[in-house]
Amino acid sequence: MEIPYTIQARPDTGLYNAKLGIWLFLASEVMLFGGLFSAYVLLRVGAPEGFWPHGWLSVTLGTVNTLILALSAITTLLAWVACKVGDFKKFKLFHACTLLLALSFLSVKSYEYHDKWIHYEIHLKDGRIADGHLVRQDDQQVVIEGRIVTDERDLYDLRTQKNIPHDEITLSRDNIVKMENYGPRHNTFTAIYFTMTGLHALHILGGSVVIGFLWGPGSRMWKTNREQFTNRIEVSGLFWHFVDLVWIFLFPVLYLT
Amino acid sequence: MNNEVQQFPPFREPLATPAHHDDHGHDAHADHGHDDYGHHEPSFLTKYVFSTDHKIIGIQYGLVSLCFLLFGFSLMLLMRWQIAHPGVAVPLLGPLLAKMLGPMAAGGVISPELYNAFGAMHGTIMVFLGVVPLAFAAFGNYVVPLMIGAPDMTFPRVNMASFHAFFLGGVVMLVSFFIPGGAAQAGWTSYSPLATTIPTNGQAFWLVGMVLLITSSLLGAVNFIATIIQLRAPGMTWMRLPFFVWAQFVTAFILLLAFPPLEAAGVLQLMDNVAHTSFFLPTGLAVGGRLADVSGGGSPLLWQHLFWFLGHPEVYVLILPAMGIVCEVIVNNTRKPVWGYKSLVYSVLAVGFLSFIVWAHHMYMTGMGQKIATFFQATTMIISIPSVIILTCLFISLWGGAIRFNTPMLFALGFLPMFGIGGLTGLPLGLAAADLYLHDTYYIIAHFHYVVAPGTIFGLFAGIYYWYPKMTGRRMNEYWGRVHFWCSFCFMNIVFMPMFVQGIKGMLRRMSDGGANYSALRVPGAIDTLPDSIMQLNTVILWAAIGLGISQIPFIINLFWSISHGEKVNSDNPWRSTTLEWQTPTPPPHGNFKTEPEIFCGPYEYSVPGAAADFTPQNETSSTKAPPATH
Amino acid sequence: MDLKSAIRKCVLVFLAVACTTSMMIAVSFSHIGGWPVKVAAILAVAVVNAFLVAGYLMHLLSEKKLIYTVLIFTVFFFAGLLGLTLWAMQDFPVGTTH
Repeated sequence: MEIPYTIQARPDTGLYNAKLGIWLFLASEVMLFGGLFSAYVLLRVGAPEGFWPHGWLSVTLGTVNTLILALSAITTLLAWVACKVGDFKKFKLFHACTLLLALSFLSVKSYEYHDKWIHYEIHLKDGRIADGHLVRQDDQQVVIEGRIVTDERDLYDLRTQKNIPHDEITLSRDNIVKMENYGPRHNTFTAIYFTMTGLHALHILGGSVVIGFLWGPGSRMWKTNREQFTNRIEVSGLFWHFVDLVWIFLFPVLYLT
Repeated sequence: MNNEVQQFPPFREPLATPAHHDDHGHDAHADHGHDDYGHHEPSFLTKYVFSTDHKIIGIQYGLVSLCFLLFGFSLMLLMRWQIAHPGVAVPLLGPLLAKMLGPMAAGGVISPELYNAFGAMHGTIMVFLGVVPLAFAAFGNYVVPLMIGAPDMTFPRVNMASFHAFFLGGVVMLVSFFIPGGAAQAGWTSYSPLATTIPTNGQAFWLVGMVLLITSSLLGAVNFIATIIQLRAPGMTWMRLPFFVWAQFVTAFILLLAFPPLEAAGVLQLMDNVAHTSFFLPTGLAVGGRLADVSGGGSPLLWQHLFWFLGHPEVYVLILPAMGIVCEVIVNNTRKPVWGYKSLVYSVLAVGFLSFIVWAHHMYMTGMGQKIATFFQATTMIISIPSVIILTCLFISLWGGAIRFNTPMLFALGFLPMFGIGGLTGLPLGLAAADLYLHDTYYIIAHFHYVVAPGTIFGLFAGIYYWYPKMTGRRMNEYWGRVHFWCSFCFMNIVFMPMFVQGIKGMLRRMSDGGANYSALRVPGAIDTLPDSIMQLNTVILWAAIGLGISQIPFIINLFWSISHGEKVNSDNPWRSTTLEWQTPTPPPHGNFKTEPEIFCGPYEYSVPGAAADFTPQNETSSTKAPPATH
Repeated sequence: MDLKSAIRKCVLVFLAVACTTSMMIAVSFSHIGGWPVKVAAILAVAVVNAFLVAGYLMHLLSEKKLIYTVLIFTVFFFAGLLGLTLWAMQDFPVGTTH
């Protein structure tokens, strides 16, 4: 016996198997990212007044990424439509765009991560704090491009501060008590930022691998079983749209609030 | 033998490659239909290790999970030895432990750290590597497609991936015993900050193992739900499904929606452990007298909420499949329909839904306010109603039945009072005021073990004895089955009943010395110490546990011996059951049914007046039945 | 359906998404009220944005009831997770906070 409803829909549910399967999987993904969003809300609500960062992330880059991903969602849908109408060349074109856009998204993300990785908060012996991007360092000294503040809280809310100075500052190593970059361990904001965007990026990567496979070796099925192939494009497209959906919430929550 | 694959309008699409299937002219055994193997015989690896057939996968899950159950049981025996004889080297196995585990088991004595490791891993292994894979994945995979008339699960390769993720997760968990620092020691609940500050990498292994196991369960859940919705045979309407299928359906939904927050939490705790973040570490945390070098700002309570959001629905995952099995076995062995089928269905749906909003009854001691405690107390009390309804329906189903006392029935009957005790003793725990006293005492241990050990596991044993003839074509030995039952039943009660008393007397759980530090012997004259009678119960429990272990030996021997020497069954339906899995050849071939079955009646048409036999299989019409309903 | 009308629809959806994104950014940088008000407004717009993607690109609007049901339960359980946990962490026993 063949497994039924892999291609045609079952009459009473109106779905073919893979479509039901992917929606069920997406429901579980909603709960996964929901758990992370809940963690974000609870950590932020629990943070003392004035100690939750604002403006640490580049809204420009975030917006660019948002538009990139939205565009890739469009090209994904159009790739499926192309399959539906039988235009294989257009399908290839649209999904090639999807993959390129995905790559761009990940590149922008890597740049943002790198920016945080070389951004240091340096506690000095006299109690002041130096904060900025690393220019160079050696055994004797550390050179950053940033500023020195006396109150730690000045480092948190960047939105309310205008014209933050970016001078080149040289610090001697024996003046430094602690030097830590804006990585996940820096504070709970960077922790949740890296974790959520990292998991999201892994989903982008996974989705790209699947779409890449279907674009490349998997597209052989176009000749043998066009309908099933189209279904695969639809199902992988649904996953891709979900990943876009997550970003639609990630972007405002992390970048804009 | 029909070698063409039948087309059944209007539900089927034309085959994509029809030419392929007309070549099968030589099948000596049942028709393959479409399968992944093509014309050639699959290799050993493809057939038994990397199989996509739900029956093989079910057996894989079954055998591996039984091994894990045995291993988890052994951990418990070691713990009970330490509790009854703290600081004394383990007899016989002591030197072996010392050799394998190094300084943690120096001289064959179980150190407190090792005791904690055993405790954490016993819980983890029994729940996630033992009961869930056996109850949900093993039985579900084997039986559900057969019961609904499907050729396989909707996504056979995802099914295989799910098993291998489970297997890998199990390997990671086992390996963690041998790394420096040992296995996870922060309980199966892995509370932060202990889980992050404890000096072992075992916690990280535990988290990685959990991620793999959760992934396995999620893939399985998607498969089950899609299969039950999409692959029911024509005529198999929702209200004609055997209760076992309903139970598995709800269980799958619980797994699908409750596991991901724990996966999220697991990722966060892994970040805490490996990347030194502070998701669950509060500001000002001091470890070993020194301020911890973390950013702080996290919340230990957050872990608890995320953990128990899964943790509570998880216990319903543990019990529902067993309830389903018990229902099937009871109905079959009373030769009458189940009492209250509709109530059962609505109750199991209610249990599934409510299980998501009761979790904080595990957290009454965390300083919750009255309003929120009242909310969770109310939902917890409410969820007991559908649970009791299910048990009541099963009890009432016995009334007026022509009861056959075979081994599966004995275990199913044993399940009822045991789950009753477990469930009823849970009621004081659901009430916040009483729970303040009983929380983290042995009362809790007794309560949840009663539901899972003589509860679920008896249900699972019933299932093994019941479906064994379908899987192998032979019965398990009836005499040794009864020995297994009666010995297990007696010893289970001797092990767990005293724990209620110990708990009420104030013995706390997770104490590696078995309460010695709080005993009247150690601290004479202090108030409210644990009296000698309570401490002596530890020895009773130890010997009962050993007895329980010995009682499993006949079962293990029976299980394997009967494959080749058991009494052969003379029909495909030796128990004379109505459900569809018994309408297949024995054992069912790849593709299960030669032709797609059509369903004409409900699942429990036993002793129908005027029918030809005392049971009517679902895919047969009896003369008194109306034409089949449409979807 | 054909490719041209699909492209047309998609362009509209993309423009709508771009609009909502700019709205969110505008609210974020404005001085309407405190952060709670701004967060509420931004999230409301994000929900609209999500609705566009889910509704049109995932064609959830034309999907069968079964899918809806599963998703509604999911949303309910997520709301439970977030809401009840928030409540639990904000509700303290009487007389224990300062």
